[in-house]
Amino acid sequence: MPVPAITATKIEKWFGEGEARMQALREVNLEAYFGEMLYIVGPSGSGKTTLLSVLSGILRPDAGTVSVEGTDIWSLGGDALADFRLHKIGFVFQDYHLFPRLTTVENVAVPLILKRTDWDQAVASARKYLEVVGLKGRENLTPVKLSGGEQQRVAIARAMTGQPDILIMDEPTASLDGDTGQAIVEFVKQNVLNDKRSILIVTHDDRIYPYASRILKMADGRLNGTEKGSV
Amino acid sequence: MRGILKLAYKLLVNDKAKFTALIVGITFAVFLMVQMMAMFAGILNRASATVLNVGASMWVMDPAVQTVANTIGMPDYVLDAVKSMQGVSYAVPFYSGGALVKLNDGTYQAVTVVGLDDTTLFGRPPLLQGRIEDVYGENAFIVVKDTEYRKLENPPVGAEFEVNDNRGVIVGIAEVSSQSLFGVPTLYTTYNRALQYLPNPRFTTSYILVEPKQPSDVARIKQQVQALGYLALTRDEFIDRISDFYKYQTGIGTNILIMTVMSFIVGLSISGQTFYTFVLENLEKFGALKAMGAKSRELIFMILFQASFTALTGYGLGIGLCAGLISLARVRLPDYAAMITYWNLASAFVMVVIIAAVSSYFGVRRVLRIEPFEIFRG
Repeated sequence: MPVPAITATKIEKWFGEGEARMQALREVNLEAYFGEMLYIVGPSGSGKTTLLSVLSGILRPDAGTVSVEGTDIWSLGGDALADFRLHKIGFVFQDYHLFPRLTTVENVAVPLILKRTDWDQAVASARKYLEVVGLKGRENLTPVKLSGGEQQRVAIARAMTGQPDILIMDEPTASLDGDTGQAIVEFVKQNVLNDKRSILIVTHDDRIYPYASRILKMADGRLNGTEKGSV
Repeated sequence: MRGILKLAYKLLVNDKAKFTALIVGITFAVFLMVQMMAMFAGILNRASATVLNVGASMWVMDPAVQTVANTIGMPDYVLDAVKSMQGVSYAVPFYSGGALVKLNDGTYQAVTVVGLDDTTLFGRPPLLQGRIEDVYGENAFIVVKDTEYRKLENPPVGAEFEVNDNRGVIVGIAEVSSQSLFGVPTLYTTYNRALQYLPNPRFTTSYILVEPKQPSDVARIKQQVQALGYLALTRDEFIDRISDFYKYQTGIGTNILIMTVMSFIVGLSISGQTFYTFVLENLEKFGALKAMGAKSRELIFMILFQASFTALTGYGLGIGLCAGLISLARVRLPDYAAMITYWNLASAFVMVVIIAAVSSYFGVRRVLRIEPFEIFRG
């Protein structure tokens, strides 16, 4: 029996007020397991990103619980929740959100610096992760001097450097051409995924579906089926 | 926390255009603020030059006197009365007045003549050349070698001149710690010779210089002098009185204050706006940090550090620029009255702290309001 990394139960989320009020998530139940690469797919506005935000501890749901490794994360206080994200979650944002004024290696070191690791030690560690993602020799360049695929790999290295149990990737291929997108996801599956890590990917890029362990379909705020795989 | 500070530092200084704009803005504001205050401090210092140079503990004067140059003569009995007051160790008369010196080319130069008590020469300046006892000689004067000295054509010891149509002889060259505001040379002589050479009103004693037996006698002396209808002030009180006159009754203080406030507002506007823009441009990045697990207080700390670092760097550069320009100005204009005091530095520092606080306040508000979810939504 696989071990669940995330268990979400009856998640509901509303946005707006009055007549503009709309429900983004409707009684969503989900389990993500260690060792799997779970995709959440669906059309724009279906609630994928909202769900990802609730699961990763950055958007509080209006109802339901999210348990990560047995801890109900939405019962945590502000600082404890921030610590949870820092130590348990690695983020790869759709637009990467790399710091343009920092070098590549400094960007990768950011999570370690937030963990109060000594600067030099953090940079040395970040250097190793850049090597893992194949960017050795690009350490001292700023992100603007890198291609889109390279920037994505820097973002992945940054997410990995904190050694998170859960990696959250939001539309990881949206800004990349087809070949680069597939190469990135293949790289993640081969080098980042392991038995002690769960990877959640929100995407609507069907070219990368073959790399998924499971694919959950979402529409109108509901999970309404599994497109691929089973637990 | 050092790593987070270093991160904040790199985010700030690596944005060279913004950082330069911030530094230039604060440097310029500090320069203007300090320059204005330094000019005013220089004026006030020179206005009190005689009080500083003479060094008496207490000064007795007519209550209407506002500045040391604006003397109102007191009758001789006041001196006798003060000498006999309880708590007075000694009291001597002091004369200060204006005269005209005829130069070799036939033109006239205004001078300030200071008459020191004949017996004690209390308040005499230290001599660079000559002997103090020579001031008792016939027609003897001591000239102060300050930036105004050249206006008397740099007279050496032994030089003769005409002062108020009387013969005068330079018997010594002195130095003083603070030079006069009014841009005229200063001559020292004895009290009685000053009275002989200068046209006198009915009452001749400009001031009475008093030394109390003990510091605790000051209040008692003041009361006794007040009972006579005159005013006794300590040295610091007299300096404050002169300063207050220039601050509040001449318009100089108001003008300087307005200029200083304008400099502050310009600095606040430039720096505040630039820093706020800097924070806005990095808002998504702060949001990303928040999503990754940075705590709100850490982000506040980063912004405060960036604002403080910018403010203090600009403060140092502004002070340096001001000091450099004052030094440069003095090379060309020896009379240039500007001095940077600790009070100036402290005032400018407070204003810079306010600029940093206001700039960072709006940035912090925006950063605290940003939701990491917005980063996900793009």
